[in-house]
Amino acid sequence: MTQTRKTYIRPLDIKHGQVDMAHGSGGRAMAQLIEELFAKYLGNEYLAQGDDGALLPAPGAGKLVMATDSHVVSPLFFPGGDIGCLSVHGTINDVAMMGATPLYLAAGFILEEGFPLADLARIVQSMAAASQEAGVPVVTGDTKVVERGKGDGVFITTTGVGVVAPGMELSGRGARPGDVVLVSGTLGDHGMAIMAERESLGFESPIVSDTAALHGLIAAMRASGAEIHVLRDPTRGGLATTLNEIAAQSGVGIMLQEKALPVQPAVHAACEFLGLDPLYVANEGKLVAICAAADGEKLLSAMRAHPLGAAAAIVGRVHEDAHHFVQMTTGFGGKRIVDWLSGEQLPRIC
Amino acid sequence: MKYIDEFRDGEVAKGLAEAIRAEADPTRRYHFMEFCGGHTHAISRYGVTDLLPDNVRMIHGPGCPVCVLPIGRVDQAIRLALEQGVTLCTYGDCLRVPASDSLSLMKAKAKGGDIRMVYSSADAVALAEKYPEKQVVFFAIGFETTTPPTAVAIKQAAALGLKNFSVLCCHVLTPSAIASILESPEVRQWGTVPLDGFIGPAHVSTIIGSRPYEFFAEEYRKPVVIAGFEPLDVMQAIRMLIRQVNEGRAEVENEFSRAVDRDGNKKAQQLVAEVFEMRKSFEWRGLNVLPYSALRIRSQFAEFDAEKRFPLDYQPVADHKACECGAILRGVKRPQDCKLFGTVCTPENAVGSCMVSSEGACAAHYTYGRYKDVVQ
Repeated sequence: MTQTRKTYIRPLDIKHGQVDMAHGSGGRAMAQLIEELFAKYLGNEYLAQGDDGALLPAPGAGKLVMATDSHVVSPLFFPGGDIGCLSVHGTINDVAMMGATPLYLAAGFILEEGFPLADLARIVQSMAAASQEAGVPVVTGDTKVVERGKGDGVFITTTGVGVVAPGMELSGRGARPGDVVLVSGTLGDHGMAIMAERESLGFESPIVSDTAALHGLIAAMRASGAEIHVLRDPTRGGLATTLNEIAAQSGVGIMLQEKALPVQPAVHAACEFLGLDPLYVANEGKLVAICAAADGEKLLSAMRAHPLGAAAAIVGRVHEDAHHFVQMTTGFGGKRIVDWLSGEQLPRIC
Repeated sequence: MKYIDEFRDGEVAKGLAEAIRAEADPTRRYHFMEFCGGHTHAISRYGVTDLLPDNVRMIHGPGCPVCVLPIGRVDQAIRLALEQGVTLCTYGDCLRVPASDSLSLMKAKAKGGDIRMVYSSADAVALAEKYPEKQVVFFAIGFETTTPPTAVAIKQAAALGLKNFSVLCCHVLTPSAIASILESPEVRQWGTVPLDGFIGPAHVSTIIGSRPYEFFAEEYRKPVVIAGFEPLDVMQAIRMLIRQVNEGRAEVENEFSRAVDRDGNKKAQQLVAEVFEMRKSFEWRGLNVLPYSALRIRSQFAEFDAEKRFPLDYQPVADHKACECGAILRGVKRPQDCKLFGTVCTPENAVGSCMVSSEGACAAHYTYGRYKDVVQ
């Protein structure tokens, strides 16, 4: 990052101003954008170093976890959040699901020429609030501007770094036959909030995104002493896709109980309306936990005692299956496969 | 959710399953075709077949709108987008139907075609109103359920005096498809597809009523039970069909009386008759060319007919040689009988149209039921 003397230039007109190509040129305008917007809200001692990277205290024992996530959500603002807080939560969750304590974030912005600075400021403020609440600072960043029509307002890529204590690492390979499957709350809230907003479905009570950082919930789960084998956040592709990934990685089968799956009535209704299946709809503040059967109830109570796990439930079991199928006993009494999502979920015609 | 969960109640289903088991004659087999993709989807998604006795077999019928859409029609839509530069609007299910040259509407979109998914025909009209400099074409597909909204769109466009809106009309008629199955040699002459009765369409019947099926019950001696799309509706309809078969009756019965009556929705029928007329013939995927089986736009609304506005001649295209969609749509084969099923042809890379929509017989079996093939 470059340092510029404020007195030479007029301050950014956040209220009426727009992103222009100069903001991505690497020159004075860009330095100003960084200083008056990004550094102003996201500022901390590491970001203040002002270099292209941040010099950070090294963790002691244990291993580093690093994860990155790009965010291209449309609309940028939706009930329950916006691309700013989403980009903070998403990456923190990716780091936390590995069993790590998230420490630092980096943020890359791709801005479209003509994008209102007021909207950008809202997004950065939301990122700052999310990062402060989570206690994970944004310590370095990058800004590029693309010509009008070549971006969709704002794209944000965040990268997170965390540390995991020895022996506390988690991966998708840990599920074992006999384990129980838990989810931390209602399914499909984020995806339906976005879809309802995008299609202006105008439900009477808007569906609100569940976007949230989950490392606090995970800390509480770990503190319960339950033997956790897998943690994963069922984002794009929903619970169905996440469980298929775990089944394939661990070489097991999973049997879900449809009746046990928590789904909000409004999300259920919206899915019915559009011909979608909540199992395939994205979540941004939920996790799947797989743990030893004996610890299932203990883990469930620990999750329910945390505000982000109040609606947690045990939803299925892991079993041996050479085909790695995820199946479900339907509320109706039959059985079916819960397959990978293929392509995008498209509404049915009739 | 109220008024939905009641029709998916597992306890009621258990009771119904027992009743079906008690009424089904163990010395004979029952073969029923569910005409509609909506029923196929419900049967697979809720695992209805798991609750049926072994001697009751469900055959998936051709009533999935995108499954019966021939390649040539999708090609026309793609040409409109890529060669004529129109903004092409269609329902989501249509986007992945495989067409010629390894294309689909979704791939044509990636090649630069302005192709948009809409939830209703009214969205297409609104788009035309918003962008007067663009030619907007609504690719209208589906059975009688989706036809009245297309009629409304055309009348609305006429009332607004829109010069940039037209419809590529591929609406098809349910009774023609049922007749073609009953007339097929497999059913009529050879008896290779045993058919003891039909589960009649749910949403289609809300429009056309139950009267049009009376001919099939009388002429072909096949019982028809119109059923809703919920799994308990399907179970109840199966029980009613078993009863008719056992008692030697062939009648039209209505399980879906909460939405369907004998005459249907007269207002919708009137609208359709005002805007559309019969096509002399229309190619269906799997069922070949069927006479008087589809609709076209009447001449007084010709300016909204994409086939008249743009140079669009129809080129029939043969299906992939090994693809069994045709036989599957007629009930002659099951999805797992096709060599391509689950290997070359999967939902990610559909060769045949039955693998595209979740209502298609192949996609439903692949997505929800293929673990059964492994067990066997």
